[in-house]
Parts: sequence; structure tokens; C-alpha cells
Amino acid sequence: MPFLIYALRRALQAVPVILMIMVGAFLLLKLAPGDTVDALVGDMGGADAQFIARLRAEYGLDQPVWVQLWRYLAKMAQFDFGWSYVYEQPVSVVLLDRLGVTLMLMCASLFFAFTIGVALGAIAARRAYSVTDNVISTLGLVFYATPSFFLSLMMIVVFSVKLGWLPVGGIRTIAAFYTGWDHVLDVARHLVMPTAALSLIYLAFYLRLMRASVLEVAELDFVRTARAKGAGEGRLMFHHIMRNALLPVVTLLGLQFSTLLGGSVVVETIFSLPGLGQLAYQSVIQRDMNTLMGIIFLSSVVVIVVNFLTDLLYARLDSRIELS
Amino acid sequence: MSLADPTDLPPEERRWRVFWRRYRRNRAAVLGLILLGAVVLLALLAGIYEPVDPLRRAGEPLTWPFQTWQTPLGTDQLGRDILAGILHGARISLLIGVVATVISIAIGVVIGALAGYFGGWVDDVLMRITEAFQTVPSFVLLLALVAILGSSIENIVLAIGIVSWTAPARLARAEFMSLRKREFIDAVRNLGVGDAAIIFREILPNALPPVVVYASVIMALAILLESALAFLGLGDPNYASWGNMIGQGRAVLRTAWYVCAIPGIAIVLTVLSFSLLGEGLNEVLNPRQKK
Amino acid sequence: MTAETPVLQIEDLRVALPEGSDRPLALDRLSLEVKRGEIVCLVGESGSGKSLAAGAVMRLLPEPAVRMTGGRILLEGQDLAGLPEREMRRLRGNRMAMVFQEPMTALNPQKTVGWQIDEVLKLHTDLGRKARAERTLRMLEQVHIPDPRSAIHAYPHQVSGGQRQRVMIAMALAMDPRLIIADEPTTALDVTTQLQILRLIRELQEGHGSGVLFITHDFGVVAEIADRVAVLRRGELVEQGTADEVLNRPRHPYTRALIAAVPGLTPPAPRSFADAPVVLRADRMLKTFKARGGLLSGRREAVAAVDDVSFDLRRGETLGIVGESGSGKTTVSRCVTRLLDADGGRVELDGRDILNASGRELRAMRSKIQMVFQDPMASLNPRKRVVDLIAQGPIVHGTPPREARDQARELLRLVELSPAAAERYPHEFSGGQRQRIGIARALALEPKVIVADEPVSALDVSVQAQVLRLLADLRERLDLSLLFVTHDLRVAAQLCDRVAVMEKGRVVEMGVTADVFAEPQHEYTRKLLSSIPGRDWTPPDVRDNAA
Repeated sequence: MPFLIYALRRALQAVPVILMIMVGAFLLLKLAPGDTVDALVGDMGGADAQFIARLRAEYGLDQPVWVQLWRYLAKMAQFDFGWSYVYEQPVSVVLLDRLGVTLMLMCASLFFAFTIGVALGAIAARRAYSVTDNVISTLGLVFYATPSFFLSLMMIVVFSVKLGWLPVGGIRTIAAFYTGWDHVLDVARHLVMPTAALSLIYLAFYLRLMRASVLEVAELDFVRTARAKGAGEGRLMFHHIMRNALLPVVTLLGLQFSTLLGGSVVVETIFSLPGLGQLAYQSVIQRDMNTLMGIIFLSSVVVIVVNFLTDLLYARLDSRIELS
Repeated sequence: MSLADPTDLPPEERRWRVFWRRYRRNRAAVLGLILLGAVVLLALLAGIYEPVDPLRRAGEPLTWPFQTWQTPLGTDQLGRDILAGILHGARISLLIGVVATVISIAIGVVIGALAGYFGGWVDDVLMRITEAFQTVPSFVLLLALVAILGSSIENIVLAIGIVSWTAPARLARAEFMSLRKREFIDAVRNLGVGDAAIIFREILPNALPPVVVYASVIMALAILLESALAFLGLGDPNYASWGNMIGQGRAVLRTAWYVCAIPGIAIVLTVLSFSLLGEGLNEVLNPRQKK
Repeated sequence: MTAETPVLQIEDLRVALPEGSDRPLALDRLSLEVKRGEIVCLVGESGSGKSLAAGAVMRLLPEPAVRMTGGRILLEGQDLAGLPEREMRRLRGNRMAMVFQEPMTALNPQKTVGWQIDEVLKLHTDLGRKARAERTLRMLEQVHIPDPRSAIHAYPHQVSGGQRQRVMIAMALAMDPRLIIADEPTTALDVTTQLQILRLIRELQEGHGSGVLFITHDFGVVAEIADRVAVLRRGELVEQGTADEVLNRPRHPYTRALIAAVPGLTPPAPRSFADAPVVLRADRMLKTFKARGGLLSGRREAVAAVDDVSFDLRRGETLGIVGESGSGKTTVSRCVTRLLDADGGRVELDGRDILNASGRELRAMRSKIQMVFQDPMASLNPRKRVVDLIAQGPIVHGTPPREARDQARELLRLVELSPAAAERYPHEFSGGQRQRIGIARALALEPKVIVADEPVSALDVSVQAQVLRLLADLRERLDLSLLFVTHDLRVAAQLCDRVAVMEKGRVVEMGVTADVFAEPQHEYTRKLLSSIPGRDWTPPDVRDNAA
């Protein structure tokens, strides 16, 4: 029961944040030169003034901004984000269509980045200032400085062009019609490079964070106490240091999800993955404002949900926190 | 009671020496400084090296590097000199890095300082706004801003500043919150010093070191963001940018991968130099970590 | 070897400090013995190297920066120097155990109390889970933890500081070690809790017959618990002997100086202030802290930190506010200076209401009431020169900067610092010198009242005595009134004309210091007084001969 109340309260707290985001985004996009009708008319190669005025009225674009805003928010509350003229479908349908690929990419990337980053960070800290540490830390710094699009292209050169091991793009092999396990494997093969490209920078991030955190925790009094009890180094690491050192790393898991979603724009575009990132890029290029607003809404909700899950995880890990 | 011997060196001079001695201890940080120096040198050379216009055709298209003195690092598919592009790109990267960081830190410090110092509803409101900015994926926001404002270099710098102020704001807020509770703030309040003077003269100088260290992270981030924008074709078309070079090189990736690889390496090294610089500064300014 | 081998023998121990430290050796030829069933106190001020001695015995020094460079350490006759790390691990927590100072941080926050005691048994015995659980429970009973069955499942943050220290002791005693090293085990505790823990250590040590090496800076604690005493000064052992010898007939000048600095428990003869005007009056002051919640989170209960507190302070008088942590004494000091806004009551400074003063009035009034803070490092802005720190107040109140700086240099002389100190930064000074700077800053505005919040509790005992003397001296010369907040009854007895004893936000007893100490009326005051460590020991008057 306390958990339900907590979840409900968190949901209520999210409402003003989402509202603020959507109002801000709406007004921002209104600042843009040209609206949907201009884009439509541009696509059609021009039209007469009367027709344009009728279109405007039809889309409600002749109303004052605040009326438009109010109408938009009222519809948004019913998860109606309007019509995407580019895809000729309701925006919500387009979004749901694309969500799966992005979530798959996010989760795979975050999983690899977190597990490998934390493991490498812990190893580096255990052997601080040794050769192992220097190699790991230097790699971390280089990964941290490598833009994902550059990494993607270089991987394509090596693994697709030169070696021919992995597909250049897409989410599945076209016209192969795999089913069952073959389908899963096929999708996985398509996701290897995008996942690697997206996760490397975060891997480096978690690595550095974990290394610093382990070094800091290792200096704390209770580690000295455990040592005075006769605990060996392995025991110190696994029973005393790791759990405490993970806490600050976990806190940042949720925050990173938002930047990770941003990173998917570039990676999905390069690897032609039909996800939200690619959609965001195309919507900006094609001035599909309804879709763009929908993406902002959906990704904000995803980020808030992930933040909530992170907090739950944190509360599980830290005995000092009680949900309230 | 004996006093500290007053025949020591004057403190000012000593401070800089201590600064440099501590910084020098970290070899990686020194390497970062050298790398950064190299990038600055590249940017300075851009005005001297021919062709001065990196967007002009300078030789046979798709000449590989080290083939001719005319174009030492080769040319792209339009015959533009890659070395010239690298030199001019260094200017853009440094410019973006510095100016966007100044904007981002300025917004962040002001918001963080107000939230951290006053607390209460001021803090609530400002933190909700920060949260909203952090919730929207920053790169999507950046795309939208650039799409709306237009892709001139000024707008790109401004947009990068606008999407990256949240982390320094949180940092500044945390610093202000902890410093506000320190006894020396009580002490000056008790002397009758006003809020503005406390924020700017007492707390800010003490809160700055971690923010300065973080500035190096923002600089690296700003350069990465700009290059990603340029890669997607949303950069300022009037300037050579490393990201743009890679974006255009993508078309000839299969045959002439060096067109992408060279500017890519330039980005990696520049960002790396800022990261290393940050590590060195961290050791100098926040010495509590080691020991 | 004699009939009985001592539990611990330290012979010619030398421990090296890293290059660039204030001295090359942290410990220089330290020799010490702890016999079975004996408590040996190793006494020294901060920086004497006493904690490093413990680290060397347990081989827990922060190597390689600090390392043992010579001498021998024998545990029950066994030389520890040649032992491989694996063997040392087998000894630690088993035949020798340690209790640390900070019960707050010395326990793993993520593991239950039971788990952490169980770990010792897991490491050093082959007992099954059930047997270990039983033994853990027995240990908790032995250290008198209330409700041990539920305490087993509690996390460290869920029990009080005193209980945590009991858990530490249970952990140390789990394997019935021959040697227990206790490093300032009661320093972080309130005085009443301290006495209980000291008694517990005594009781258990007698029961188990272990030898105890007890490290402390506090001669009161020494008087309370020691069989033998060793005094350490900057890494060198200056005196060693039975508790009676060292405490009552100290021979070495350093020991004599240290003991002379321990404040006695006999208050000064009462002075009368009946004719002096009241300069500070608090009337039914109230302050409650509400746990702040967001828009939608639940509210927690409000805590009354200051509950109906009234007092008068007359010109030239010193009023002590004494109490344990959480008694609200610090909140009182923050409310009368209006660093915190009180929720109710009146505070009059020189007959004018300070709680309702407007911004401008308040600024003017602030010059009349100044503060000296507890932590001399934290209360001075590290980025300002001493002269600017002291001159800041007068400049804010309109004195021309040049004049204010000249006055600041004069004030340095008044607090017995050289005027050359003016151009330096706070970190270049020792703790006692910094506190003098803090006092000079408070005096710069020529206040009528000085509120001193634990001004000497962060200082070593010898420095403490000097600062107290300085305060007493200034009070006479400048006719100052002092509101003196402290947890230390010995310090209060030295300086205060009257004391107010606080418990849970209320003043339970107020009166002339000598009367309160001689005939405490309230039960809590009696408890506080009887908890003062070494209350039956009167430091001998060795001042005349001391250096």
C-alpha cells in the first residue's frame, strides 16, 4: 500500500513537469517560421490564397496562440497528438510504431554500458595506478571523447565493408522473411553496431564514475573496520565496497537515459533504424511539428518512468532510504 | 604561542607555483595541455595556410593523404583540401567550446546559486524547470532549437548553451547549499553583510572550483554536440566544421574512408584534451580526493 | 620471560611519515606493554601519533605513505613483524580487535548489525549458521543492547550513536580477543553515554581478562578508566607509570603542563551582578523545526528545538548554556543573534527588541552582539586575508577601509597574535590561532555581548586553556557580557558566573555556577554532573612548576 501511494505521488509530481515541457515546446515551435500549412502547400507546389486560408481554419491555425495551446493540451490529455501529414497517420500510431526499436536499442546499450563500465571501473580501482588501471582509464578517456557517429562510420568500414560480418543498416534483412529464432538472431545482428556505437561513451562514463566511487568508498571508516575484523581483500570488495560504491552510479542511470535518447537520433539515422530518433530527425527536416511534439511528449514520459524505476532500484540498494 | 614565521614567500606568487606543481604531477593532464596547445596552434595556422578558404577546390578529388605536397592530408570528393578543413574546423570547435560553455555555465551558476542559497519555493520552482529541461532529450531539443532559430553559428552556440546548463546548475546548487550552512557564512551574516554580497563575494569564490572543473566537461560536450549537428547537415554551411566534413565524407565511405577518419581523429583528440585538462584541474582545485 | 607474558609488547617502534610532513617520524622508539587484564591509556594531543601506534599494531597503517621502519611488536610473545598478510588477517578480529572513534561511520551502512557481528564469526570460526546467530545474540546481550532480538535486524542508521558503539564493542569482543585496542571510543559521544560506554568497557574487560590499549586525549577519561598511563608528545613517549603516579604526581614538564590545562571542577567564587544593567534578555523564546516537505510529500512532525526559554544577561556577566547534543543550546545562540528566526517570544538587546527589528535596524543592532564559532576553520572564509576578515564588520558598518584595517592590526595584538599575521590566510594558522582571529573579528565591532558557541571544543586541551584565559581576560578588560554555549561542564565551571542547563529544548535548571555544581536541584543536572569523566579526580596544582 505505501508503495502504491508513493507511485501515485510520483505520477502526480510528473504532471507539472510534463505540462511545462509541452507548453514550452508548443510555444517554441510556434516561433518557427512557417507552419504545417506552409509545409503542406510547399509539398503541393503552391496553392491559391483562399485554399490556404481554408486549410488554416481547418487546422485551427487562424486562432490566437493561447487558444491553439489550450486545444492542443486538451487533446493531449486524451493522448491525441494530431495528424502527421508526412506519414498520413495519426501521430500516436506513428510513435507507437517506432517506440519498440528505440526501447530495444536503449535497453541493450544501457545494459552493456552499465555492466561492462561498472566491472571495468571496479577492476581499475582495485589496481589503482597500476598498468591495468592505466590501460583501462586511458581507454575510458578515449571512448569518452569519441563521437558516436564517427565510431559508427568506422565500424561500418571495418565490420561491414572490409570484413563483411555485419549488416550496414536496417532492423532486419529485407525480403528474407525469417521466423522464430532466425528472426531474433537477424534483428540482434542488426543491433550489434548501433548498440556498440551508442553505449561506448556511456560505458566510459560509468567506468570513470565507478572507479572514482570505489576509490572513495575504500577510504571510508567502515572499510577499515572490516579490515580490522580480519576480512580479506576479496571480501572487502564484494561485501563492503561494491554495494556502497554502486549507489552514486545508479543515481545517474536515470539521468543518462535522457541523453541516451538524444544520442539515438544520430545512431538510428546512420544505421537506418526505424526508431524514435530517426523519426525526430526526419520530423525536424520535414517540419512535421505534430510528430515532433509527440516525440517530445513520449520521450519525456519514458525518461520520467525510467527515473522512477531508478529511484526504486536505488531504494532497494540503499538501506537508508525508505520510500515515502 | 609562537606564530607562523612571516619570512615565507608572499602568498600570491606561491599560489601559482603550487597550482602548477600540483598540475604537473598528473602526466595525463600535462598531455592534455599539450594537445590543447596543438589544437590552438592549428586554429592559428588556419589564417596562414593556403588555401585560406577551405571550401574551395584545391586539387584532384579523392586524393589520398601523403600523395602530394599540395594537399598533404588528401582531398574529398569535391577536391577540397582536408588539412585546410582541419585547421578551420579547429577554430569552429574552439569557438563553440568556449562560448557555449560560458553561456551554459553562466545560466547554470545563476540558477543554481539562487536555488541553493534561498531554498524554499525559489528552489522548488527553479528545480522543476531544471528537471523539465533534463527530461527532454537534449539533442532532440537542440535539433528543434536549431530548426527554429536557423543554423547560423551564433544560433548554434546559443542553442548548445541552452541545452547544457542543467548539470552546472545542479552542481552550483549543491555547492551553494552546503556552503550556505558553513559557519563562515553565519559569521558574515552576523556582521550585517547583505545577501547579494554574501552570494557573490563570500560563497561564489568558494563554489567556483568544482564548477571550473566541470566547465571542461561542458566544453567537450559542446564540441561533440556541434559536430553531431554538423554531421546531420544542420551546421552553419558557411564554415568548415569537422562534423560536417565527416557527414559529407559518408557518401564516399566505402572507397575513401580517410575523408571521415581524419576529422574524426581531430574531434577525438580535441575532446580528449579537454577531458584531461579537467582531470588536472580537478586535482589542483579539489585536492580532497587523493591522500 | 617472566611467569606471564604480556599481551602486547611494543619495543622501539618507529613509524615514518611521508616526505614533506612536519617531522620525519610519527613515532620514535616507542616502547609500551599491556598486560593481561590491564587497561593502558595512551594519552596525547592531536598529531602526537597515538592513533598510528594502534595502526602499527594491527598493521593497518596507510601504507606505503606511512610505514613501520623499526622496532618489534609482540602479541603474547609472538613477533608480528615477520608474519605474512594471511596470518595477520587470521589474528585481526580474532586475537586482537579494535574499536574506533566514529560509531557513525565505522559501521557499514548497508548491512544489518547482526550481519556485521556475524561476519567476525564467519571469518574466524567453523560454526554453523545457527550457532553463529546464537553467539551474535549473546554478544548483543553482553553489551546491554535493549531488545537484542530486533537489534540484530536493524541497520546502523536505525540505532543511536551510543548503541552503535556498543555494537562495535560486541564485534570486537566476539572472538574473545587477548588484546583490544580502543581508539578514542567515546570522544564522539555525549557525556552521559560516554560514562556508560566506559563502564561497559571496564566491565567486559574484567569479565574476559583481555588487555586493553585505550587511546585518548582526555585526562578525565584517563582518570576514569586507566590502570597505567603512557603520555605521548610528537611521537615520543615522555612519561609512563601507574594512573595514580601520572595523574597525581606527574614528573615530566609536558605531562604537568597538560594536566595543569585540564579545567578543574571547582567554579570560581560567585561575583555579584545585581546592580549591573541587563544587556540581553530572552523571554519565553520558542523555535520549532518542521521537516520540510515538497508540495505533495507527507509532512513529518515538528520538533521543538527551543521551548519556552527565558534568561537575563547582565553587563560583565557570563551565562553558560550547557547541555548534550540535541538539547537546543546551539539553536538558542542562533536565535538571540537572529541567524535563525525564532517562532515566538521576545529577545531584547540593550532594551530593544531584536526579533522584530526591521532589516536596517537589525543591521545596526548586529554590531552590539557578535559571535565566536565552534570550528575555527569553518568559520573563517578560506579565501580572505586575516586583516580583511577582521576589518569586514567595521567596513560594512561604515568605517573607512583604511582605518578599519589599522584597527584590525591593533586587535591582533589584543588577542595576542603578531600584527604580521594580518596579511596571511586562515589555513596558515593552527586551530588555537584561528580561534583568536575569530575572537578578534567579533571584537572589531565593539559589541556589548559575545555569544560563544562551543568556542574551545575543537581545540587541544593546552590550547583550550589559553583561549579560555584570553576570553576571561578580555571580558574583564572590555566589560563584555558572554553567552557561553558548551557541552563541557569542566569548561563551564571555569568561566561561567551562572549556568542554564538545557534538556530537550527546555531549561531545566538555572543558577549560580557554584550552587548548581554543589547542589544540583534537577535530576538531569545531577545525571550530567555525575557523568563527568574523572569527576572524583582533582587535577593536582602543578602549575607553578610547569614550564
